[in-house]
Amino acid sequence: MDSMTLIGIVSIISAGITVALGSIAPALGEGRAVSTALTSLAQQPDAASTITRTLFVGLAMIESIAIYCLVISMILIFANPFWNHVIAQSAGK
Amino acid sequence: MRLSPDALVFWRHGFLVLNSTIVTTWALMLVMTVAAKLVTRKLATEGPISRWQGVLEIVVTTIQRQIKEVGLQHPEKYLGFVGTLFLFIAVSNLCAILPGYEPPTGSLSTTSALAISVFVAVQLFGIEEQGFGGYLKSYLKPTVIMLPFNIISELSRTFALAIRLFGNIMSGTMIVAILLTITPLIFPIFMNLLGLLTGMVQAYIFSILATVYIAAATRTREG
Repeated sequence: MDSMTLIGIVSIISAGITVALGSIAPALGEGRAVSTALTSLAQQPDAASTITRTLFVGLAMIESIAIYCLVISMILIFANPFWNHVIAQSAGK
Repeated sequence: MRLSPDALVFWRHGFLVLNSTIVTTWALMLVMTVAAKLVTRKLATEGPISRWQGVLEIVVTTIQRQIKEVGLQHPEKYLGFVGTLFLFIAVSNLCAILPGYEPPTGSLSTTSALAISVFVAVQLFGIEEQGFGGYLKSYLKPTVIMLPFNIISELSRTFALAIRLFGNIMSGTMIVAILLTITPLIFPIFMNLLGLLTGMVQAYIFSILATVYIAAATRTREG
């Protein structure tokens, strides 16, 4: 197995595993955040705007972890420097 | 398939590059400035107010109220910066409904520029509020050992701001592009709708986070 095939295989597999594993924890965290926000909304409805705003800010921060994983896997698929390097090498040969 | 609008180059001369990001950003700036100028030509304080003036008043007072709710006592000082951030990101994400348009916030250059300007603004507002020495001393709170961690947290907040906006918008446009090659009939429309919604949410998040960072930097610490 030459290095070009190996780079291709490993990039594809890691791109898939990155998003798959990387979205488990943010999803669980967001579920807990929304459920606690719903509980406090039910207990204090007149603080609704503060609770909603804080909920959205917190959700965005949790979501960024999943976005980091997505960005890494996008780079692995579409802008992979190692793949471009071996392609350029084999094209030059 | 393009990863970012930076790849579409219209004109190149040496190291000067005119790509789609720059052209779209300047076009958006032109449209927003001209529209604002047209609406605020004849501002009325009593009597019948034109509809566009009403819309602009709603936008401005809402942003002012949000800034005040985060904890900044004089929202007029920060309204220009925070309002510009929100309006620019919101308009550039909403215009994704136009065909053939690529949002400039889908390029890491634009989001890094916005995040770096937030970083610089936080330092400037903090220094204006607490004085140069007082602001630098705030990095030593609560203890001197926290100095490297405070610096690292500043830098990582900036990085996170840039990557969050870039990742959300870029993934939205890429999902629509991928769906167009697989099932081009109805599903790209739903993903475009979702992209519009996340665009507005990300604009709100970006400006609220900038306000929170400014509030943290300008808060006079007692004790």
